[in-house]
Amino acid sequence: MQSVKLKVSYAPFVRTKDSIESVMYNVALALAPATVMSIYLFGMRALLVNLVCIASCIGFEWLMDTIRKKPASCLDGSAFVTGLLLALNVPSNLPLWMLVIGSFIAIAAAKHVFGGLGHNVFNPALVARVFLLVSFPAAMTSWPVPFAVDMETAASPLGILKTDGVEAAMKSLDLMSGFYGTMNGSMGETSSLALLVGAGWLFYKRYITVYIPFTLLGSVFLFTAIFHLIDPAAYAPPLFHMVTGGLLLGAFFMATDMVTSPLSVRGQIIFGLGCGLLTAVIRLWGGYPEGISFAILIMNGFVPLIDSWDLNDRKAIHQKKLQTT
Amino acid sequence: MKTFRTGGIHPPESKLTGNSPIEVMPLPSELAIPLSQHLGKPAKPVVKMNDEVKKGQLIGEADGFISANVHASTSGKIKAIKPHPHPGGQYAMTVFITPDGKDEWAEGLECAPADWKRLSKQEILRKIKDAGVVGMGGAGFPTNVKLSPPPDKKIDTLILNGAECEPFLTADHRLMVESPEDIVTGLEIMASLFDGPLKIAIGIESNKQDAIETLQRYALPKQIEVVSLKTKYPQGAEKQLINAITGRVVGEGELPFDKGCIVQNIGTAAAVCDAVCRNRPLIERVLTVSGMEISRKKNISARIGTSFSDIIAFCGDMSEKTNQIISGGPMMGKAVFSLDVPVVKTTSGILFINNPALGKSMERTCIRCGRCVEVCPQGLAPWLLANVAQLRHFDEIQTLGLANCTECGSCTYVCPSGRELVHWIKYAKALVANRQKRKSA
Repeated sequence: MQSVKLKVSYAPFVRTKDSIESVMYNVALALAPATVMSIYLFGMRALLVNLVCIASCIGFEWLMDTIRKKPASCLDGSAFVTGLLLALNVPSNLPLWMLVIGSFIAIAAAKHVFGGLGHNVFNPALVARVFLLVSFPAAMTSWPVPFAVDMETAASPLGILKTDGVEAAMKSLDLMSGFYGTMNGSMGETSSLALLVGAGWLFYKRYITVYIPFTLLGSVFLFTAIFHLIDPAAYAPPLFHMVTGGLLLGAFFMATDMVTSPLSVRGQIIFGLGCGLLTAVIRLWGGYPEGISFAILIMNGFVPLIDSWDLNDRKAIHQKKLQTT
Repeated sequence: MKTFRTGGIHPPESKLTGNSPIEVMPLPSELAIPLSQHLGKPAKPVVKMNDEVKKGQLIGEADGFISANVHASTSGKIKAIKPHPHPGGQYAMTVFITPDGKDEWAEGLECAPADWKRLSKQEILRKIKDAGVVGMGGAGFPTNVKLSPPPDKKIDTLILNGAECEPFLTADHRLMVESPEDIVTGLEIMASLFDGPLKIAIGIESNKQDAIETLQRYALPKQIEVVSLKTKYPQGAEKQLINAITGRVVGEGELPFDKGCIVQNIGTAAAVCDAVCRNRPLIERVLTVSGMEISRKKNISARIGTSFSDIIAFCGDMSEKTNQIISGGPMMGKAVFSLDVPVVKTTSGILFINNPALGKSMERTCIRCGRCVEVCPQGLAPWLLANVAQLRHFDEIQTLGLANCTECGSCTYVCPSGRELVHWIKYAKALVANRQKRKSA
C-alpha cells in the first residue's frame, strides 16, 4: 500500500477551466479584429497607442495593488482589456502623455478607488475617455484621416452632422465605407464589420447576452428613425447613426461589461434601453456629437438601483414562502 | 427529451466504467460498520465485544422514528465498538467485525424468493425497515419512512431515479443493465404500498441508452414508463427529477410528497427487492471505483464496512499523484481524510483524483458575470448568498432563499473567479440551523 497524503477540500471537485483570465483575454481576443483594423487604417501610430495604453494600464494596476497591499492582479487581463478599450476609444494621433494620464484615471480613479476589479461602479475605460474628452477637447476631436501619410485630420461624420447638418454629413460618408471602417473616428470604432466579428465571438463564448446590445442598438435605431421620418432634412437616417461614432463598440464591448451592468435579464433590458435613449438624445440635441460614452456612464450609475430592485423582489418571493410554510 | 426547467450544467461525463460489469469484491480481513449510515439518529448497538455474529444479524437497532437498522455484513466475531473515521468527515461509533471466513447467514435470512404479493402493506414496510434499507443515492433517508407519507398527502407519482447525473459514477447504470428484474420488482413492491391510480416512471439520462433499452423490456409490460432524460447535471436531484418528469415544481420548504411524488434510487429499489423477496438485509452495495489516479477502474459490489484501503488493494495501483479520495461523485461527494474510512450504505463511488487547485487560495473577487445565476437549478443568486454568508448576516440570508439551495454545486463549478459558493451556502445553512437549535432550546 502506497502512502499518500490525503487532503480535504470543498465540493465540487471538478471545475470549469474558465477563470478571470480566460474571460478577460477572450474579450481582448474579440477586440482583436478592431485592433488590427485600427492599425491597418491609421498605421503604426495606432499600434503605438495600443501598446502605450495597455502597458500603462497594467503598470498602474501593479502600482495600485502595491500601494493597497493587495495580491498582484495586474496580469489578470482586466487591465489589459481596459487599456485596449481606452486605446480603441481615442484618435490615433493623441499625444502619448495624454494616454498615460487617461490610463491613470481609468485604473486608479475609476477602478481602484472603488476597490479594484469587481467593485467599480463605472466602466474604467469610459471614465478615462470622458475625462480626456472634457480635459483635452481639441486633441480628442481631431480625427486622422484613414491611410493619411502626413497626419492629415478632419472632423468625424458625427461632428459634421452636429456642425454642418444632415446633408453635409451624408455627403461626407457613404454607409458602406462606414461599415468597413474607412472613415474618420477613434481608432477602434470606425469599422463596424470588425466589431461585429468580435461581438460574434463574445456571443459564441456566451460572455455577453443579447439583451443589452440589442435593446441599446434597437432603441437608438427606433428613436433616430422616428425623428428621421418626421423631418429627414434635420435628422440623419438611423443607419447613419448605426455605423458612425462609437455606437457598436459601446453596445457590444462597453455596455456589456460584466462588472458594471445589471445581472438580471429585466435589468439588462432597462439598462440597454436607457443607454440607447440617452445616446440618441445626446446625439440629436446634445452639445457633443457623440453620446454613447456619457449614456453608458450615466446608466452605470443606475445599476446598483436596478440590482437592488431585483434583490427586493427576490426577498419578497422568499419572505412570502417563509411565512406560508 | 425531458429535462428540468431552469439552470443546469454539463460537466465532462467521464463515465469511464460504463461498460465494466460489476465485480464481487472478496471478503476483507476486517469490517468496520458505522452505526450511522443514514439520515437521523445513529443506531443503538445491540452486540457486545467478542460476540459471535452471523451474516445479516442485527448489530445496531434503529433508535427513533428517523433511524435505520445496521447489520453484520458477514459472520465473525465483534472485535471492538469504538469511534472510527467515517466518510462523512467525522469520527463515528463503529462496530468492528473479524470475519470467520464461513460467511454464514443468520437463521431465517436469505430464503428462497417469496411471493411478495401475498404480504400485507404493513408486512412489506416492516421487512424494509428490518432490513435497514435507506436511500442509496447519497442522503440515506430511511426508506420505510419515505414510503409512509402523512395520510393527508395523496401520492400519485412514484419515480425511480436512474439519472446518475454525477460524472464518473456508473454504479446505478450497471445495476440497471445487470439486474433489471430486481429493480422492477422493487419498484412494483414500493408501488403496491399506495392506493389509487399511480403513475410509475423510471427516469434515466440519455447517455445510458443500454440501460434505457434493458429496463424498457422489463418495465413496459408492467405499465411502468421509462423516461429518457437529457444529460444535464443535476438531472438526478430529487426536485429537478420531479420537475423533469411531471412538470411540477417542489417549492421552497416543500417536500416531494407535498406535490404527490415519491422519488427512490435505483440501488434502493434493488435493496427493497432483496429485503422483501429474499429476507436479505442491506449488507452490500454496488459502487464505482474510478478517477484518473487509479489504474483499474471498475464497478464493484462490496460489503458494507469494507475499508477504502482494502478496495485500493483490490483495484490496485493508486498513482502517487493522488491527493484526494472522494466518497461519492465529484460534484456533491466528500473528500475523505483517511484510508480507513469504510464503505457505507450511501457510498455510491470512490474517486481517486489529483486536484491541482489544492493548497492555493483560489477564491477571487466576483466579476458579476452572472453564470451562477444562470446555472442555478433552484433559481437562486448564489453569488449573493455567498456574499451575505461571508458577511455573516444570517437573518438576511434566509430571505434570499437559503433553504431552497440543494447544494448541487453547479454555481461553484462554473465560477470563473473560483469562489467556493456552495461551501459558503452550506456554511450559512449550518450556522442558521445551529442558531435555531439554540433558540428553541
